[in-house]
Amino acid sequence: MAQEKYETHEYDVIVIGAGGAGLRAAVEASAQGAKTALVCKSLLGKAHTVMAEGGIAAAMGNVYPEDNWKVHFRDTMRGGKLLNNWRMAQIHAQEAPDRVLELEEWGALFDRTKEGLILQRDFGGHRYARLAHVGDRTGLEMIRTLQQHAVHKGIDVYMECNLQRLLTDGGKIAGAFGYWRESGKFILFKCKAVVLATGGGGKAWKVTSNSWEYTGDGVTMAADAGADLMDMEFMQFHPTGMVWPPSVRGILVTEGVRGDGGTLKNAKGERFMFNYIPEFFKAETAETEKEADAWYEDKQNRRTPDLLPRDEVARAINSEVKAGRGTPHGGVFLDIASRRDADYIKRRLPSMYHQFKELADVDITKDAMEVGPTCHYAMGGVRVDADTTAATVPGLFAAGEVAAGLHGANRLGGNSLSDLLVFGRRAGLYAAEYAKAFQGSLSVNSDQISACARALLAPFESKGSENPYTIHADLQECMQNLVGIIRVESELKQALETIERLKERTKNVKVEGNMQYNPGWHLALDLHSLLTFSEAATLAAIERKESRGGHTRDDYPNTDARFAKVNIVVRQKNGAMTLSQEPLPEMPDELKSLLEEKK
Amino acid sequence: MAEQQVHMRLWRGNANGGEFRDYRIAVGEGMVVLDVVHAIQAAQANDLAVRWNCKAGKCGSCSAEVNGKPRLMCMTRMNTFQPGETITIAPMRTFPIIRDLVTDVSFNFQKAKEIPAFKPKPKEADGTRRMFQEDIDRVQEFHKCIECFLCQNVCHVIRDHADNKPAFAGPRFFVRLASLEMHPLDSNDRMKLIQQKAGLGYCNITKCCTEVCPEHIHITDNAIIPLKERVVDRYYDPMARLFGLFSAKSK
Repeated sequence: MAQEKYETHEYDVIVIGAGGAGLRAAVEASAQGAKTALVCKSLLGKAHTVMAEGGIAAAMGNVYPEDNWKVHFRDTMRGGKLLNNWRMAQIHAQEAPDRVLELEEWGALFDRTKEGLILQRDFGGHRYARLAHVGDRTGLEMIRTLQQHAVHKGIDVYMECNLQRLLTDGGKIAGAFGYWRESGKFILFKCKAVVLATGGGGKAWKVTSNSWEYTGDGVTMAADAGADLMDMEFMQFHPTGMVWPPSVRGILVTEGVRGDGGTLKNAKGERFMFNYIPEFFKAETAETEKEADAWYEDKQNRRTPDLLPRDEVARAINSEVKAGRGTPHGGVFLDIASRRDADYIKRRLPSMYHQFKELADVDITKDAMEVGPTCHYAMGGVRVDADTTAATVPGLFAAGEVAAGLHGANRLGGNSLSDLLVFGRRAGLYAAEYAKAFQGSLSVNSDQISACARALLAPFESKGSENPYTIHADLQECMQNLVGIIRVESELKQALETIERLKERTKNVKVEGNMQYNPGWHLALDLHSLLTFSEAATLAAIERKESRGGHTRDDYPNTDARFAKVNIVVRQKNGAMTLSQEPLPEMPDELKSLLEEKK
Repeated sequence: MAEQQVHMRLWRGNANGGEFRDYRIAVGEGMVVLDVVHAIQAAQANDLAVRWNCKAGKCGSCSAEVNGKPRLMCMTRMNTFQPGETITIAPMRTFPIIRDLVTDVSFNFQKAKEIPAFKPKPKEADGTRRMFQEDIDRVQEFHKCIECFLCQNVCHVIRDHADNKPAFAGPRFFVRLASLEMHPLDSNDRMKLIQQKAGLGYCNITKCCTEVCPEHIHITDNAIIPLKERVVDRYYDPMARLFGLFSAKSK
């Protein structure tokens, strides 16, 4: 099957990925006069952004007038354990309010305050109520608004089109190559600039809140093209995802359950969080159940340990399960039924009530939920310039979850949707500027294209018999068990060996059927990016010999000053990954003073 | 519930034809139809084509006809069937088949392009946009739409008469049109499109769309009927027509 025919399209800018960041980038690049295409793996409007619930963090001050960008900046930096790129955090906090108001100009309808302005809600780590929202379906409102706006602007959209490789000419971006999922036919884009907006790689883990699309494509295409990756060791594991039944394993259970009185219990019925209060939080955390329960009514009491920071809670759940005190399905119990009346639960947590009722046959007003940590968000990704989102390869830009820097070691809830808007816009803007200013000519290298086409066809011509679904399942097992919420050097090294073996097995993947809408083939090709993402995450996790944010090392349980001022950068050369520790950019004094302020 | 075998009949084929094929597979506790389809895909039919994304009822990708009923596969629990019952899954009938359970839904994306865009009124004097919750509640109901296109699939105007497609937008886009027409800030006029090109008159309010909506949007009562009333007011009410001669266009 020596197919090397392909269709060719020419643009100034192509945007890969049509979630919040990709849509916003395409809208901006097009508005700047660049000939723009938006290319996405799914149908338009189905990207991961659609699942976001809570809201968009933006210091608009509609509920608390004392809120402003400086407070948002401070909250974001502290939440990221000060490993964030300070300039990105500053831009993000300053521009988020305008980006939210812009959505309103385009037809979005956020929930309102009594004065008729956009209502804002409380969330973890944010000092003030700051999240613009629409009930618990903010992501849907955002993606639909952007989608309709993009459609009316006449932007060319290539749906169910999966790009696999970036093409370069003299080290600069010259195009991208991939295939149509519907027909399997190949497609070549010639362009001056590429915006990556492909999201993360959480589908490499077994228990995940991420959809099938999260295979690390953007990170992998960037690394394959020679771009730097950064902060790959930081994955956010949310402490409470559903663990049962299998159909919903990993789906998020909001922290609001605990905020409203729910408590974590092990299989023996013990409120185990009291055994996991770290020294650092001891002074502010309740020591007895009585004191913890009283906190809900009277804040003179100390806070319940059920509401310790996410990494502490996730670690505690993990320990309980490992010690054999987990539920039959490998989680712990989250009980609000025995603590609050049914009307209160339904009023405060309607979507949780619905989710468990529909999918788990569990009435959370009568029975406890089973929960456990779930892989949720990649803080790391493509290393970008803070102002322009430019990656280290000329002509390549990245925005949203695929980019690194804004969130440092840990992301605050609500800061993702605002990230998509702020840096999506900037990516589109600067990609268009780059394309317009570009002098000289670019040509796509036919050898690069042939090599790519051969790689795409290899699974059909393979003499092996490996099933792509089995390799994916084995990788998920490996990452889940060895590069999970708690890491240790011996297990990380074991994971690297497993990843090497899986790479070998991937060469023997055999797919059945033909090229028309063939998910087995699509997965066989995605294994390359899943494995690349996993390898980079594992290598970086070995390198950072400390615990910080979304990276917890059992063998180095504390933060270490030597790692407080460096990012781990991963580069791929001649097929091998190398690591380096590179200093954080120096923060100006006036911003440093914002971090030190108590209020 | 212990693990048990189920008998699934899945439609396999493409635009040139196809057939239902039988699969037997073990089903674990709590599984939904989409889990079973994935299990068959991983173990017995690697190339089985199916669309899905969020698997949580939020993206509207996995629409199909399960035992003849238009459903989201990710929100259909296996324990809603009788033990031993054969479960038949077919692709949505109203749209052309691409492969297996995947259909060509580009009709809907074409219709979306034909709807005139949101066009906001000028801002308030203080530069803000003030809207009150009670004024947007009804539009927020329409914004719950996840574009699963089950309402389009079940609508007999196009399900049974494909030749109506060029002249009929379908329930999903009546919801979209209603959301724009009732948006407190919008200033565009789409009444002519609604009456003519969108083909609102074809709908004879049998409420099939409302019944299958996984978001429980009251498509017929809250979107279609009010639009029909607006069309009547604009084009058929003699008093309104008389006033229309003397007054500027209003919504």
